[in-house]
Amino acid sequence: MITIALLGLPALAALFLLISRSAMAKQIALVATIAELVIAVVAAVQFAQNSSVQFLAEYGWIPSLGIDFKVGMDGISLLLVLLTAFLMPFIVYVSFKKKYDNQAAFYALLLLAQTGLIGVFTSLNGFLFYFFWEVVLIPVYFLAILWGGERRVAVTFKFFIYTVLGSFFMLLGFIYLYLQTPGGSFDITALQSLQLSRETQGWIFWAFFIAFAIKMPIFPFHTWQPDTYAESPVSVTMLLSALMVKMAVYGAFRWLLPVTPLAVEDWGNVVIILSVTGIIYASCIAIVQKNLRRLVAYASIAHVGLMAAGTFAFNSQGLQGAMFQMLSHGIGAVALFYVIELIYEKTGTMEIASLGGIMSKAPRLATIFLIFILSTVAMPLTNGFWGEFLLLLGVYKYSAVLGTISTLTIVLGAVYMLRMYQASVLGKASAATQNFEDITFQETLILSVLVVVIFWMGVQPGIFIDVAKPAIETMLSTATQTVLN
Amino acid sequence: MINAAWLIPLFPLVGFLINALGKKLLSKTLVSIVACGSVLASFVIAAGIFVELLGGAAAQTLNLGELLNAGGFSVSLSLLIDPLSVLMTLIITGIGFFIHMYSVGYMSHDDGFARYFSYLNLFVFSMLMLVLGANYILMFVGWEGVGFCSYLLIGFWYADNANNDAAKKAFVMNRIGDVGFLTGVFLIFITFGSIEYAQVFSSAAAMPAGLTVVTTITLLLFIGATGKSAQIPLFTWLPDAMAGPTPVSALIHAATMVTAGIYMIVRSNILFTLAPITMEVITYVGVATALLGAFIAITQNDIKKVLAYSTVSQLGYMFVAVGVGAYSTGMFHLITHAFFKALLFLGAGSVIHAMSGEQDIRRMGGLKKDLPVTYLTFLAGVLAIVGLPPFSGFFSKDEILAKVFEHSTLLAVVMVITFMMTAFYIFRMFFLVFFGSFRGSENQKSHLHESPSVMTIPLIVLAVLAVAGGFINVPETLFGHHALANYLEPVLRPSLAIIFSEEPSHATEYMLMAVAIAGTLVMLAVAYSRYLTKSHVPAASENEQSFLYRLSSRKGYIDEFYDMIIRKPLDWISSVLNDVFDKNIFDRIVNSVGELVVEGSSVARLLQTGKLGFYLFIMVAGITAILFLNFMF
Repeated sequence: MITIALLGLPALAALFLLISRSAMAKQIALVATIAELVIAVVAAVQFAQNSSVQFLAEYGWIPSLGIDFKVGMDGISLLLVLLTAFLMPFIVYVSFKKKYDNQAAFYALLLLAQTGLIGVFTSLNGFLFYFFWEVVLIPVYFLAILWGGERRVAVTFKFFIYTVLGSFFMLLGFIYLYLQTPGGSFDITALQSLQLSRETQGWIFWAFFIAFAIKMPIFPFHTWQPDTYAESPVSVTMLLSALMVKMAVYGAFRWLLPVTPLAVEDWGNVVIILSVTGIIYASCIAIVQKNLRRLVAYASIAHVGLMAAGTFAFNSQGLQGAMFQMLSHGIGAVALFYVIELIYEKTGTMEIASLGGIMSKAPRLATIFLIFILSTVAMPLTNGFWGEFLLLLGVYKYSAVLGTISTLTIVLGAVYMLRMYQASVLGKASAATQNFEDITFQETLILSVLVVVIFWMGVQPGIFIDVAKPAIETMLSTATQTVLN
Repeated sequence: MINAAWLIPLFPLVGFLINALGKKLLSKTLVSIVACGSVLASFVIAAGIFVELLGGAAAQTLNLGELLNAGGFSVSLSLLIDPLSVLMTLIITGIGFFIHMYSVGYMSHDDGFARYFSYLNLFVFSMLMLVLGANYILMFVGWEGVGFCSYLLIGFWYADNANNDAAKKAFVMNRIGDVGFLTGVFLIFITFGSIEYAQVFSSAAAMPAGLTVVTTITLLLFIGATGKSAQIPLFTWLPDAMAGPTPVSALIHAATMVTAGIYMIVRSNILFTLAPITMEVITYVGVATALLGAFIAITQNDIKKVLAYSTVSQLGYMFVAVGVGAYSTGMFHLITHAFFKALLFLGAGSVIHAMSGEQDIRRMGGLKKDLPVTYLTFLAGVLAIVGLPPFSGFFSKDEILAKVFEHSTLLAVVMVITFMMTAFYIFRMFFLVFFGSFRGSENQKSHLHESPSVMTIPLIVLAVLAVAGGFINVPETLFGHHALANYLEPVLRPSLAIIFSEEPSHATEYMLMAVAIAGTLVMLAVAYSRYLTKSHVPAASENEQSFLYRLSSRKGYIDEFYDMIIRKPLDWISSVLNDVFDKNIFDRIVNSVGELVVEGSSVARLLQTGKLGFYLFIMVAGITAILFLNFMF
C-alpha cells in the first residue's frame, strides 16, 4: 500500500492543482512533497534489510498483453525513492520566488514528474517501467518549453527528440523480451529468468544501453545536456540532473545487468572505455566553461561517466559505489544548482567572469558553497568521497589502467571546481557583486539540511550502503552464476 | 589512559565546531581559549599515553566501530596507539599548541580571527586522524583533510587572488600525488584483501623481498608522499604556500603536514623494506630534492621563501634517511626539524610583524638590537639547523650522514655539499636580518618592536627544544644509547629483522662528524666575510649575475617548465575539446541526424509540417492516455 501511496500522493496533488487553479499552488505543492517524504521515511523505517522486494502491490492492467500494474521496492528502489522524496521539496521550493505565469500548472507538472520518477524506481513490470519512463518526460518537456530561457524551444526540442529516440530502442528491447517469454509476460521475474543466447543478449544489451546512455548521458551521447541544463527553469535543471539521470543508472541496475549478464561480460569493456573517455573529456571541457550551470553540467557528465564505469565493471565495489554515488550526486546536483540560482537571483548573471568577491560580502553563502564543492570533489567526511572511492576501486579491480585513468578525475575535478570557486567567490567584488547580500536565515536553514546530510552520509556511509547491499549482492551472485554456467 | 585516546582527535574537532559556528558570537579571548585549550587537552592525554608506553604498556588498536563494508571491502573506525603514532601526536599537539598560542598574538588585529582558529583546529584534527588512524582509509581521510586545511589557510587572505592561486596550486599538486596514493591503496586492497594495517603488515611480513606488486604499491604510495611532502617533482607548491599567515607556515608547512609522507613510509616500513627498488628511488629523489632546495634557497631574498626552500631541502634529508632503511633516523630528523624549523618560521613571523609586513631581507638588517628575544631564539634555530654541536640538528643530521655513508660514498659527499650550502644560506639570511645596519624605511624603523610575550614564550620554548632536542637519540659514539631508536623499535621490528645494518666504526663516525662540522664552519666564515665584513647586500637587479645565480634565484625555472608541459597543454586541450569536438563535431553529428530525419520526413510528406517532435509527443501522450484510461476503468 505504501508504494501506491507514494505514487498516488503527488499525482493527486497535481490533479487538485490543475482543477482548483489554487493561488496557493506553490504552498500546496511543497506540503505535498513534504508529506511524500514522510511516507518515504516511514517506508524506510519499516523496510527489512534483506534482498527481497517489499511493499509489493499488484493489480491487473492489460492482462491480455501480460501487462500488470506491479510495483514494490527492494533496497535499491528504496534508496532512490528516498532520494526523490528528499530532494523534491527543494526542487519545488527553489522556484518560490519566481514570478511564473500559471503557477498551478507549473507545480502540478513538477508533482507529476515526481509520480513518474517514483514509478520508474518501483515498477516491477517491464512495460510499466517503460510507461513511467516516458511519463516523466511529458511534464519535463512542458516545464522546459513553457518556462525556460530564451533558447528554450530549440533546446527542449532537441532534448526531447533525442531521449524519445533512445527510449524507442528500449521499447523494442522490451517487446523482444516479451516475445521470448513463455505465454508472454513483461513481469520482471519472467524477464530475468529468460535463458537468452549470448548473441541475443548482445542485441538486447545495446538496445537498452542506447536509451540509458542518452539519458545519463554517456559520452558521446551527451550533447543535449549542457544546453538543456543552461536553458531550463532551475527546478527542471535540478530534476534532470539530480533525479532523471538516476533513472538511467537504475535502469541498468534493474533491467540490463540481470537480464543480459553475458552481454555485460562481452561488451562491458566498450561501455567502460566510453565512460572513462567521457570522464576525462567532460572534465577537460569543464575547465574552460564560462557559465556556472554549464560548468556543473560538464562536471555532472564526468561524475555520471564514473558511475557508468563502476556499474559496468560489475563487481561489488563498483555497483555499491554507483548506488552510493547516485545519492551523493543527486544531493550535490540540487545543492550546487541551488547555490547558483541564489547567486543568479542576487546578481542577474551566471557568467563566472562577472562574479567574484562573494566571500567578503556573503560569508554564509560562500561557506556553504564550499561545502557543496567539497562533496563534489570527493573530500573525505563528505558523501562524495565514499561513492567515488568505491567506484574507482571497482573500476581499478576491473582494469588497473582504466582505474588509474579514472582516478585522474580527482585532480581534474579539483582544477575546475576550485577555479570556479576562486573566480566566482574569492577575490575582490565585481560590479555585479558590489551589493551582494548574504542569504537569509531561512535560506541558510534550508541549505543546512543539505549540508547535514552531506556530512551524515560522509561519516556514516555504512547505514546507506547496508540498505541496498543485500539486493546488489544477490543480483551480482545470480548473474555470476549465469555467466559461470 | 590509552582507552581515552579517542578524545585526542575529538577535542580539536569540537574546538573547530565551536569557533566555526560561533565566530560571530565569541569574543577573541574566548576563541583563543577554545582553540588553544582543545589542542592542549589533546596534548595532555597524548603525554599520559606516552608515559604509559614508556612504562612498558603494549601498543593497542581502539576499535570504535565499522564505517562501511562493501563486498569484502571493510573500513573500520579504529585508532592505532603505538610508539610511532603517539610520538607524532606529541609533535602535532605540543608544537601545535605553542603555534596556536603564538597565533593569538600574531593574528590579534585580523578580522578573520575566529575563522583562522577554526581552520587551525580543523587542521590539527585532520592531522591527528592521519597519524592515529589504524588503516589506510583513515590515513587518507586525514591526508586529504590536512590538504584541504592547507588550501584554506594558504588562501586565508582571499581578497588577493595571488594567495588564492597559491592555495589552488597546493591543492591540485597534492591531488596529483593523491592519484598515486589512492591507486596504491586500491592495489593494497586487491593484494592483501584488507586496508587495515594489522592485516596488511602481517601478510606482508611473510612475503619475499622484491615482489613486483609490492614495488608497485610502494612506488604509488611514494608518489603520494612527493606531493604531500614537497619532493621532486611535486615540490613547487610549498614555496608558494608561504602566501598564508606565517604561523601556518610553521605548523603546516614545516613541522607537521609536510612530514606526513615520512610518517606514511615509516608506518608502512615493512612494505618499503620489501621493495628495494622503491627504496633506491626514494633515496635518490631525497638527495636530489635536498640539493635542489638548498641551491634555490641560496639566492632567495624573501625570508619565508628561504625557509620554504630550506624545508623542501630538509624533507629531502628525511627521505634519504628512510630511503636507506634508517627509519628511526628519518623520524629523528623529523622531530628535530619540527623544533628548529617551527622556531625559525615563528622567529621570521616575529621579524615580519615588527617590520610591518616586510618580508624582503634586503630591507632588514641590524634587528638584533630591537628584537633581542627574537634574535637569541632565532640564533638557537640557526645553530640547530646548520648542525653545530651540541644543537639538535647536529645529532640527527649526523646520523643521516653516517647511514648514507654506509650506503654510498658518493651520496654522502653530495649530502656534505648540501650541508655546506645549508649553512651558507642560513647564515646569509641570519646576518642580513639581524646584523649590519637597518636598510628599511624610516616608517618601518620607527615601528620596530619586540613581539608581545604571547609570541615570545613559544619562541623560547621552541628554542630550548631546538637546542636540547638532539639528546633524545644520542649515538653510542657520543656515549648515548639511541633512546628514540629503542622507543620506536616495536614499530620497526619487522623491517629490522630484514635489514641487516652494520654500525659504522667509531672512527668513521668521528671522521664524518668532523667533516660536517668543518664544512659548516667554512661556510660560516664565507658568509661572515661576505655579508658582515664586506656588508654585501644582494642587488635588486639580477641582470649582471651569473647564469648559475639566475638559475637559483629563478627557482630553476621549474614553474615555467611545468607551465609549458602541463598547464598550457591542458588549457589548450580543454579549449580544443570544447570548441572543436563538442560544439562542432559531436553536437553537429547529432543535429544533422536530426535534420536529416526532419527533411526526409517532409519529403515523404508523412509529416506535413515537419515538426517531428510535436507528432512524436502526441503519439506518446496518446498512448499514455489510452493506457491510463484502460487502467482506470
